[in-house]
Amino acid sequence: MIVRKNAPAIKAPVDVDIQLQPYVAFYLKNGIPVYLVEGGAQEVLQIECVFDAGNWFEEKNLVAATANFLMKNGTTQKSAFEINAAVDFYGAYLNRSCYNETATLTLHCLNKDVAHLLPLMEELLTSANFPEEELVIYKQNQLQRLEVNLKKCDFVANRLIDAYLYGKDHPYGKYSTPEDYTAITQNDLVEFYNKYYVNGHCKIFVSGKMQAGIQTLLDQHFGHLSIQPHSLARPEHKAAPAEQLHYEIVQDPNGVQGAIRMARPFHNRHHPDFIGAQILNNLFGGFFGSRLMSNIREDKGYTYGIYSYLQNHLGESAWIISTEAGRDVCKATIQEVHLEMKRLREELVDEEELDLVKNYMMGVLLGDVDGPFQVCARWKNYILHGVDERYFQKTIATIRTIDSKEIQRLANEYLHPEKFYELTVI
Amino acid sequence: MIQFERFTLSNGLRVLVHPDHSTPMAVVNVMYNVGARDEDPNKTGFAHLFEHLMFGGSIHIPDYDEPLQRAGGENNAYTTNDLTNYYCQLPADNLETAFWLESDRMLSLAFSKKSLDVQRKVVCEEFKEHYINKPYGDVWHIMRNMAYEQHPYRWMTIGKELKHVEDAQLQDVKDFFFKFYRPSNAILVVAGRVEVEQVRNLAEKWFGDIPSGDFYARQLPQEERQLLAVRKIVEANVPVDAFIKTWHMADRVGEGYYVADLITEVLGGGGSSRLYQRLVKEQKLFTNIDCYHFGSVEPGLLTIDGKLVRGVSAEQAEAAVQKEVQQLMHEKISDHELQKVKNKTESVITFEDMSLMNRANSLAFYELLGDAQMMNTELARYHQVTASDILNHANEIFREENSHTLYYLSKQAS
Repeated sequence: MIVRKNAPAIKAPVDVDIQLQPYVAFYLKNGIPVYLVEGGAQEVLQIECVFDAGNWFEEKNLVAATANFLMKNGTTQKSAFEINAAVDFYGAYLNRSCYNETATLTLHCLNKDVAHLLPLMEELLTSANFPEEELVIYKQNQLQRLEVNLKKCDFVANRLIDAYLYGKDHPYGKYSTPEDYTAITQNDLVEFYNKYYVNGHCKIFVSGKMQAGIQTLLDQHFGHLSIQPHSLARPEHKAAPAEQLHYEIVQDPNGVQGAIRMARPFHNRHHPDFIGAQILNNLFGGFFGSRLMSNIREDKGYTYGIYSYLQNHLGESAWIISTEAGRDVCKATIQEVHLEMKRLREELVDEEELDLVKNYMMGVLLGDVDGPFQVCARWKNYILHGVDERYFQKTIATIRTIDSKEIQRLANEYLHPEKFYELTVI
Repeated sequence: MIQFERFTLSNGLRVLVHPDHSTPMAVVNVMYNVGARDEDPNKTGFAHLFEHLMFGGSIHIPDYDEPLQRAGGENNAYTTNDLTNYYCQLPADNLETAFWLESDRMLSLAFSKKSLDVQRKVVCEEFKEHYINKPYGDVWHIMRNMAYEQHPYRWMTIGKELKHVEDAQLQDVKDFFFKFYRPSNAILVVAGRVEVEQVRNLAEKWFGDIPSGDFYARQLPQEERQLLAVRKIVEANVPVDAFIKTWHMADRVGEGYYVADLITEVLGGGGSSRLYQRLVKEQKLFTNIDCYHFGSVEPGLLTIDGKLVRGVSAEQAEAAVQKEVQQLMHEKISDHELQKVKNKTESVITFEDMSLMNRANSLAFYELLGDAQMMNTELARYHQVTASDILNHANEIFREENSHTLYYLSKQAS
């Protein structure tokens, strides 16, 4: 007979030796760095061009995001439809994303097709022409989409909390308004594109299963472009955090839930407390077994889910708690969050709970550095943040060695309700 | 080609093993052959509520998540109209922890009153978050009701109404468990850095003595062939008008499924698709438009769904959509377009199969459909589809009397 009450023996994940597969770097003729992570069984490839072209660099709101989006909607040689048809024919994806500091153009394809698709990527990066007609359609559709999103309490809360943290003129805090969309001109886009893409600053990340000759192919299509290798110096933007800490907004009198956001300014990855705070954050609200989830969902049933996280900013950053809770229990939810902060400040976390969090984090990390796309994504994050593999080693070492006293010290340093913005949007 | 081994325990539990030694991880996926379609029409949303209760402690183990997390694992689950799936990923060294946890909750739940009380509330909040407190959140509630008269696909997985969830009793939970959560109604897939013999031994050890239970023979009321188009106009507190139209389509295993799937790609797959290019870009009638289906096991719904540019009437929008589906009914698509949608399908499958979790999940799903080996023949079935098949099936699907049309209009705008 097996004894079902007793757990089978485990090998504690904190003792597992986790290696981050190194990348191979090389440089194109124009000096652009390319980072390669090879692996995987499937015949697929991801090529990501990362430009210093995020909203940090725009002079007018939404120009960076719009230029990034419409880069695919017409070149001097092809219409938007022809571009889409070329990508779709190979079952490929050519996505673009705009962030605060960076903006990307990313190709996913079967690796047998890469030679057909790189010329198209090159074309988008050299001769996008932002047709007026495309801009008109884009504005119209974005304006309507914004109208729909503004009906959602979570969408509104996400915008406002960033605006409180950084000010609504700061790249991390600003958000879209109908007026901003209306004000974008074709000329804004062309200028931004020429400055930050055609003559911009770029890094290339390639991952997946590679065929011989990929380096030559990349050089052939990107090595002669006038893009620059080094990172662009960021112009200064000073955060202007709101003075008022507490907000309650009722935009839908019939709303049955409130979107709650609580947030405080926090350091970025370079601060010595960052990794420790990530561990504390896990304990607090970072995963399904966290204190916030166990109490507010699994004990009280106030919400479908509650999480806390550290923002991944290059500059100033924040610690955020986020949930949608029943309208009549929003206040009670906030109180419970306060209580959980207090417990972490006043009581030492017991070894068993801390062990669980450490092992969970290591297990997730082990699964996270498995597969070329995930490994490459981690390296990209490190490289953009200006850290190297020592950061990975340090993360592991911190998970292994952090003790309950240090957790309590961090909680006492940072988890004070009076330092947090509190927002409820109904 | 996905390699796997398959065996059945004496209690009827089907076990599939997919070794992949390139990863340090293992995935354990347990799929139960029960979904919202198996619910009592007066107790809808129960299969999904039950999924939550599966984490509320089993007969020998008070908490499912904690020991798994301690072993470095993460897990989740989902319920559809067709099935309920539980999956976890953990370092392969700790594989046995997953067997211990999964087998105990298949043996018996603890049937905790507290867990039921809390999860009823949690699911009500989930209901509110996704279907009540969101603009357009009730569209599928309305559409399923229009499209099905008999079949239990007429309600959503979350349930018809909050009250059904609120009223769930502990006795319902027990009955449901012993009816559906039996080895003979489940499929276990183990993938990753594992050996077939190791899995066979662990499966025997942990699942072998669980009573088989009565075989569940599904007998659901089937729809009769629809003879009249169904139409409805709804006004709601949303900023812009929406148009949604569905047509009955084939079940998951027939040839018709593959043809219908390619039809949705022709109409709605990517920036070069017909609906996007013509109705969003050229005619500027919609701000966005999609064409899709849910991959239902039983006959599902092919759907076209979009939001209208302000000033465009729903009638105008519908006429434009009709013109596109009629073109598919009257003209064969070109070889090039057919090749495009097949290439896309091949790419989607290849990308999906990158993830160990997806592979384990797909193996379980195809086994549920009848044979896990279908995972390896799927692409060939798409390749067999011809332009004539698309024309013929379009004529079967897009008959007006086979359709359901919903104008979901903005109160302010009208």
